[in-house]
Amino acid sequence: MGETEYAVIGGGLVGMAVAFGLQRAGRRVTVFDEGDVAFRASRGNFGLVWVQGKGAGLPDYARWSRLSAALWPELAAELEEASGLKLELSQPGGFDICLTEAELAAKAASMAALRARLDGDYPFEVLGHNRLREMLPAIGPKVAGAIYGPEDGHVNPLYLLRALTAAFLGRGGRIENGAAVAEIAPLAWGFRIGAAPGWRAEKVVLCAGLGNARLAPLVGLNAPVKPNRGQVLICERAAPFLPYPNLHVRQTGEGTVQIGASSEDVGLDDGTTPQAMAAMAKQAVDMFPVLENIRVVRAWGALRIMSPDGHPIYEASRAHPGASLVTCHSGVTLAACHALRLAPWIAGGSPPVPYLESFSADRFALSPAA
Amino acid sequence: MPIDSPFRRLPDAQARTLAFTFAGRELEAREGDSLAAAILAAGIATTRHTPVSGAPRGPYCMIGLCFECLVEIDGEPNRQACMVEVRDGMRVKAMQGARGLGKGPADE
Ligand SMILES: Cc1cc2nc3c(=O)[nH]c(=O)nc-3n(C[C@H](O)[C@H](O)[C@H](O)COP(=O)(O)OP(=O)(O)OC[C@H]3O[C@@H](n4cnc5c(N)ncnc54)[C@H](O)[C@@H]3O)c2cc1C
Repeated sequence: MGETEYAVIGGGLVGMAVAFGLQRAGRRVTVFDEGDVAFRASRGNFGLVWVQGKGAGLPDYARWSRLSAALWPELAAELEEASGLKLELSQPGGFDICLTEAELAAKAASMAALRARLDGDYPFEVLGHNRLREMLPAIGPKVAGAIYGPEDGHVNPLYLLRALTAAFLGRGGRIENGAAVAEIAPLAWGFRIGAAPGWRAEKVVLCAGLGNARLAPLVGLNAPVKPNRGQVLICERAAPFLPYPNLHVRQTGEGTVQIGASSEDVGLDDGTTPQAMAAMAKQAVDMFPVLENIRVVRAWGALRIMSPDGHPIYEASRAHPGASLVTCHSGVTLAACHALRLAPWIAGGSPPVPYLESFSADRFALSPAA
Repeated sequence: MPIDSPFRRLPDAQARTLAFTFAGRELEAREGDSLAAAILAAGIATTRHTPVSGAPRGPYCMIGLCFECLVEIDGEPNRQACMVEVRDGMRVKAMQGARGLGKGPADE
């Protein structure tokens, strides 16, 4: 039981980026995290810092993702300095590899449409097989081509989480582990966190991933998030063969080859299935035949946190001022924006970008589908 | 040949003797030995150097979990020595760093 200025609920990548950013803005922060029994996307994701293809339905999401990718080197440098860890951030550009001409043409058309909606300011290239092979000699004969996004990259997401945590604790932040918050009660001044007597916080930021759906209504917010499962295969370390990340295969800074990720609507089931694993492995070998004999050393499933349109939700409660909500589907990519731009806004600053309202949950109330 | 190993065979070990090589050295094993056990019994503690830090590693858990005992067996990289039985004539090498991604024994 105690008192804090800001209570951040959830200690995943979103919560820790927000907590670190609030602290950087001079706030006193306590993070409450449910622990190992929770579904935690931050411990099972693919590690891409990814821009291309995002925002086809909402150009502001493309702008926001690009801003985060551009801010990533600053975040990485600060976290590496504070934690002594190496995050393995690499942003050489990345590929969305297509195995058929039809798929490549469809993706090229969708990227061109997005570029038009962004007044031409959206860099990408469409590469056929031969040009792609000059950049990625390991592609197989079945590859039709790829979209190249010069702003894409990847990072070690586990070191990212560890570095955020270490930096936050190192600067005097506090984390309550094993602290599943079931109740949040608005008080005359501030909030009670947890069952009475609970903690008292001036402000509360919901960053609880899938847990937000249940917590948000307690403080007048709406977080209609649902799980979507992704399975990931981890292969043995190999000599470097893949100098650029792509959506399906990446080689980490330590040489590990990762193959991902399925997309399955199976509710709160984070298991693995031979069918999904076999399909992912086959696709990876079609793209990169040198992987034919590589050994898979482990596999897991993890749950994405999906809003109805896949875009982030950032919202300050009108009913209960001082409460806010931060949730998104790409918490690795957006970590830099969350720490360096969104947190200062939650700390009381002005909106970091003129289009922040695009990410309000109001869009779900207005859409006929909701 | 006397060997300097903390591992001692049971006095009733009767199994047939097999020959294999590790890093070019001719060694003996007993039929039924795991490769990791045979290497340890021969007094060898280091079976690879890691791809990340280059630190030396050797067999540790002996039950297939820790992946520390990775070796190259007859040209095939990154095999778990504790999960493989020694065969007569097996040629085993230490893993030095990460495996290459070529095909089979031609691998470097
Ligand atoms: C397979 C897969 C691949 C992915 N690949 C990428 C990628 O390449 N790039 C990218 O940018 N993103 C990727 N993502 C998405 C990314 O992992 C998530 O956006 C990010 O981890 C979300 O972080 P989070 O903190 O919101 O959620 P989580 O990591 O789920 O954390 C939520 C936290 O809230 C806590 N919590 C929940 N309820 C409560 C409660 N009631 N009280 C207290 N604490 C609570 C939990 O303990 C948990 O730690 C991927 C996701 C998956 C599943």
